[in-house]
Amino acid sequence: MDTKVQTPQEARVKLAVKNLNFYYGKFHALKNVNMELPENKVTAFIGPSGCGKSTLLRTFNRMFELYPEQRAEGQILLDGSDILKTKEDVSLIRARVGMVFQKPTPFPMSIYENIAFGVRLFENLSRTEMDERVEWALKKAALWNEVKDKLNQSGSGLSGGQQQRLCIARGIAIKPEVLLLDEPCSALDPISTGKIEELIHELKNDYTVLIVTHNMQQAARCSDYTAYMYLGELIEFGATTDIFMKPKRTETEDYITGRFG
Amino acid sequence: MEKHLSSQFDNELSGISTRVLEMGGLVESQVAQAIYALTHFSGETASTVLIGEERVNQMEMGIDADLSTIIARRQPTARDLRLLIAISKTIGNLERVGDEAARIARTVQRLINTGVSSRLRLPVGDVSFEASLATASLRKALDAFARLDTQVALEVIKSDNEIDAEFDGLMRKLITYMMEDPRTISASIDLVFVAKAIERVGDHAKNLAEQVIYIVKGTDVRHNSVDVVESLVK
Repeated sequence: MDTKVQTPQEARVKLAVKNLNFYYGKFHALKNVNMELPENKVTAFIGPSGCGKSTLLRTFNRMFELYPEQRAEGQILLDGSDILKTKEDVSLIRARVGMVFQKPTPFPMSIYENIAFGVRLFENLSRTEMDERVEWALKKAALWNEVKDKLNQSGSGLSGGQQQRLCIARGIAIKPEVLLLDEPCSALDPISTGKIEELIHELKNDYTVLIVTHNMQQAARCSDYTAYMYLGELIEFGATTDIFMKPKRTETEDYITGRFG
Repeated sequence: MEKHLSSQFDNELSGISTRVLEMGGLVESQVAQAIYALTHFSGETASTVLIGEERVNQMEMGIDADLSTIIARRQPTARDLRLLIAISKTIGNLERVGDEAARIARTVQRLINTGVSSRLRLPVGDVSFEASLATASLRKALDAFARLDTQVALEVIKSDNEIDAEFDGLMRKLITYMMEDPRTISASIDLVFVAKAIERVGDHAKNLAEQVIYIVKGTDVRHNSVDVVESLVK
């Protein structure tokens, strides 16, 4: 399988992955992945379970380091500097590369505090500035109108879809450059999913969004670029319209048309 | 083609393809019958064609409805999506072939009603030859669709020129008829329209063949010269 860099043209490169290999102990989970992720675009990662798409996503903010025996080799260049090698505090990287998980994970605190908590770690804002930031993030995440009268109530009292949008608001409140979404809608109903997809569309004006999804139609609906992965390898990466109308590789076509056995 | 995980989806796709072929078979026989009606001045066969026309229309609408259902329920992508889009265009073309057959049948009825048939010698043999080329093209295009064979599709596209040349020759011949004997003018003009209808059948066959290439290669080859299409297919 060719390992040459697969790059959609046009946009500026935000994240460049070079010869990335990832191991869970002895298991080789990512095999020589090379790709360049364009800035201010939505890139979707699709592929069957265990293909490495979530693993890849978790290397982008070194989330894997929370677990022993996991290691990444190669380079991940965020605006040209290697985040795997940098001496920079990992929390600063995670402030630049935010993440939202599959299940909504609101902190056990008020809606307001859910958002303010992360901001305080990085910035020293006055009360008014913080109020503005919370409102801005909630508005960005299309949640403001639903929660503006109950900011002091617990975040876990919200519906699943609202909780997930709260997590997105929390993610963007610290103004990251890249937003990683790992199956953000898998636990949500179609209405909440629709709202989040709309939100993803809005977010790409300001952020580079990377989304892992099992829902192929979701990838087709809300991404600009799609990467298909299988058994730890990046099989095909290109414009979403090309991938869904006329993929270059038979493996991609078999997967997206549901012929994958 | 490898099977889908959902066998129901496979059944739906193969079912709709089969119905396209059925519709193709029907319109092919409609054209053949219309030509038979012309060469034998058979009003009865012409009426049969006009009755068959209704069935062609119904089939087009039925297949269209199924297309919408499949798209809504399965959200097809890549070659499945191309197949369904191509089918949508293909049945439109087939329906118009049916229209051409009906047009010929109505012309035959008019010729018979005006009593032209028995009195005048007309070059119906040449019309019949042009029609045999066009129906052969149509049959070949349907074969190409059934087997998703781009080579056969390419042959259909190449052979369209022959039909066009035959049409031009027939036109010249009919003009000669009209100049030699003005009494044939009315009937000759009718035959010009028949010849044009047959030429259109050839065009529709070519359109079908282009859709086959689209399904297989994912490349839209319409509005290209034969040479360009050939290079795209290879």
